[in-house]
Amino acid sequence: MFTKSFIARLKKKIVEWDKSAERFRAKKSMPRFFTVSGEDVDELYTPDSIKGGTDENYYDENIGLPGQYPYTRGVHQTLYRSKLWTMRQFAGMGTPEHTNERFKYILAQGGTGLSTAFDLPTLMGYDSDHERSLGEVGKCGVAVDTLADMEIIYKDIDLAKVSTSMTINSPASMVLAMYLVVAEKQGVDLKDVRGTLQNDILKEYIAQKEFIFPPKPSIRLITDMMSYCTKHVPQWNTISISGYHIREAGATAAQELAFTLADGFCYIESAIADGQDVDDFAPRLSFFFNAHSDFFEEIGKYRAARRIFAKRMKNKYGAKNPKSWLLRFHTQTAGCSLTAQQPENNIVRTAIQALSGVLGGTQSLHTNSMDETLALPSEKAALIALRTQQVIAFETGVANTVDPLGGSYFVEAMTDKMEAEAEAYFEEIDKRGGVLECIEQGFFQQELARSAYQHQMELEKKERVIVGVNDFVLEDEVIDIPVLKIDKNVERDQSAFCKKIKAERDNTKVQETLARLREAAKTDGNTFEVMMDCARAYVSVGEMCDVLREEWGEYSETQAAMSAS
Amino acid sequence: MDKKIRVLLAKPGLDGHDRGIKVIAAALRDAGMEVIYTGLRQTPAMIVDAAIQEDVDAIGVSILSGAHMTLFPAILDVMKEKNASDIILFGGGIIPDDDKEELEKLGVSKVFTPGAPTTEAIEFLRNAMLSKGNDEQIM
Repeated sequence: MFTKSFIARLKKKIVEWDKSAERFRAKKSMPRFFTVSGEDVDELYTPDSIKGGTDENYYDENIGLPGQYPYTRGVHQTLYRSKLWTMRQFAGMGTPEHTNERFKYILAQGGTGLSTAFDLPTLMGYDSDHERSLGEVGKCGVAVDTLADMEIIYKDIDLAKVSTSMTINSPASMVLAMYLVVAEKQGVDLKDVRGTLQNDILKEYIAQKEFIFPPKPSIRLITDMMSYCTKHVPQWNTISISGYHIREAGATAAQELAFTLADGFCYIESAIADGQDVDDFAPRLSFFFNAHSDFFEEIGKYRAARRIFAKRMKNKYGAKNPKSWLLRFHTQTAGCSLTAQQPENNIVRTAIQALSGVLGGTQSLHTNSMDETLALPSEKAALIALRTQQVIAFETGVANTVDPLGGSYFVEAMTDKMEAEAEAYFEEIDKRGGVLECIEQGFFQQELARSAYQHQMELEKKERVIVGVNDFVLEDEVIDIPVLKIDKNVERDQSAFCKKIKAERDNTKVQETLARLREAAKTDGNTFEVMMDCARAYVSVGEMCDVLREEWGEYSETQAAMSAS
Repeated sequence: MDKKIRVLLAKPGLDGHDRGIKVIAAALRDAGMEVIYTGLRQTPAMIVDAAIQEDVDAIGVSILSGAHMTLFPAILDVMKEKNASDIILFGGGIIPDDDKEELEKLGVSKVFTPGAPTTEAIEFLRNAMLSKGNDEQIM
């Protein structure tokens, strides 16, 4: 990319420049110049910072053009000039009726996709009338027990037109089956149904910890579902391999990148082992990353992710279809960066983080609401969050050109550094016996806990400033933004509704489909096909999970994984 | 005689977000306390039983799921039932200010909210131990 003689001349100039800059270095505006992830940043980046930049093939092999291998500059040639990213705001709270109202509000305000948040009992496979659900129903998302709830959530929303994302993992297949049955009942051809299921169990063991079953049967649920969707729901993104939660649990940017991609490769290897052709399922894989506050580090992370994925898919897994090489991703701004103090400042943080996602070439984006350290978003806060994306899209001009930061010496060097750090982690993971072994050994979990503690100590030593928290603090601050409260009656009403549906449905059919699910779980039948029939019979998420718990057992963390460091 | 403060940490309810509690565990340990972390999805009875068995001075729980107004009172009830109300109960999470006030009225000794430095928890525990009238020297 650069000639050797040019770099040699440049190096000489830098030596002189460095000498004359010395006089300014006694004074420092900050104690340390480092990223959110704790990586030191150089004062200056130049063509000499790009390792291998004098190699003739460097540009073609590592950067290329947008829409071309290795996709560092983006997965599409014309990107946002043809289609803006999907503005997909995550929502879900209280009863299915509340969530349906919020969805219609988001669509009316110009949101272009839906994203469903479920409550913890649903995520953990307990019905609203279960003892363990007490106090949690409708709290951090919407409660879904049976098909009846899904019918209400998507009432009057045309599932042929809107694409829907569902953030659920252990019981992901059960909830997707219900969604597909709602679409069938609306008269929609499953071939036209579009959306994404998070369905990423590995990061649950690593970070978010909403697991039910042990890893092996959990991965089987995923491969069964992938095989069904490849045949019947071809536009559905079967899995959203998520770094978001890994980052929120304390990871650095490089750890987020490495662990997420390692999870992705683990699913790919499992599906190949299941007998599936990589080019059949790989085009429907998608990723989900965090957008933290360190602007350039994040952009380097997204660009490196695309490059690593393309190289591995092509070279290691032998994918022939270029669509299998594309790493498409959703981005959410970093919840863990938001502050409970002076919460309005979170609007600014979110805007900057969202911009990094856009400059990194994201396919869809969720912007957090300013009040998320206090409660679920109020309608006003959710609207400002959406407006933030619209301002970026329509007012700033960043959508006018593809990968506007490509070629920035700093961004390219950061991209290379991210790739190298991820590769080092892949080696370590392989050495330890792979992703599942690393989960058992608590390797990922301890890495995250250590990074989280280090970050906290940097704050407490004030090596790092968080505005409003450890500096620029308002004494006797009173929070005066509206905070959403979930009505106490939600739990009672939802639990009563669940009992009512269970009493009124055809319970012979329920028993019959559940028996078939048990049989499929015991043998190697496709569990997803049976779940479609369970969903049609109004079998609940909890009932399906209970059968699988009985057959497969429940997972609990190893002592090593629980260790704080 | 030096006696280390013994703290049991746990995640009640269904919430799996354990970043905060692990940071607290490491910070309390670094401050010289003995920390027992019992992990995720502990019921109030499991937490209180473990606290009694381990003979701890304090129980710390972390709740980010919004279920705090159910789970804290449930833990307090079991503590009362099992004559364990002398154990200090503290916690943290995504907890709005008015809920925090109500919980502290109900008998939770201290509720920490986002942004609180770990030094506050350490200081709180040391002071709470002193005011418990413990005449042993606390390190």
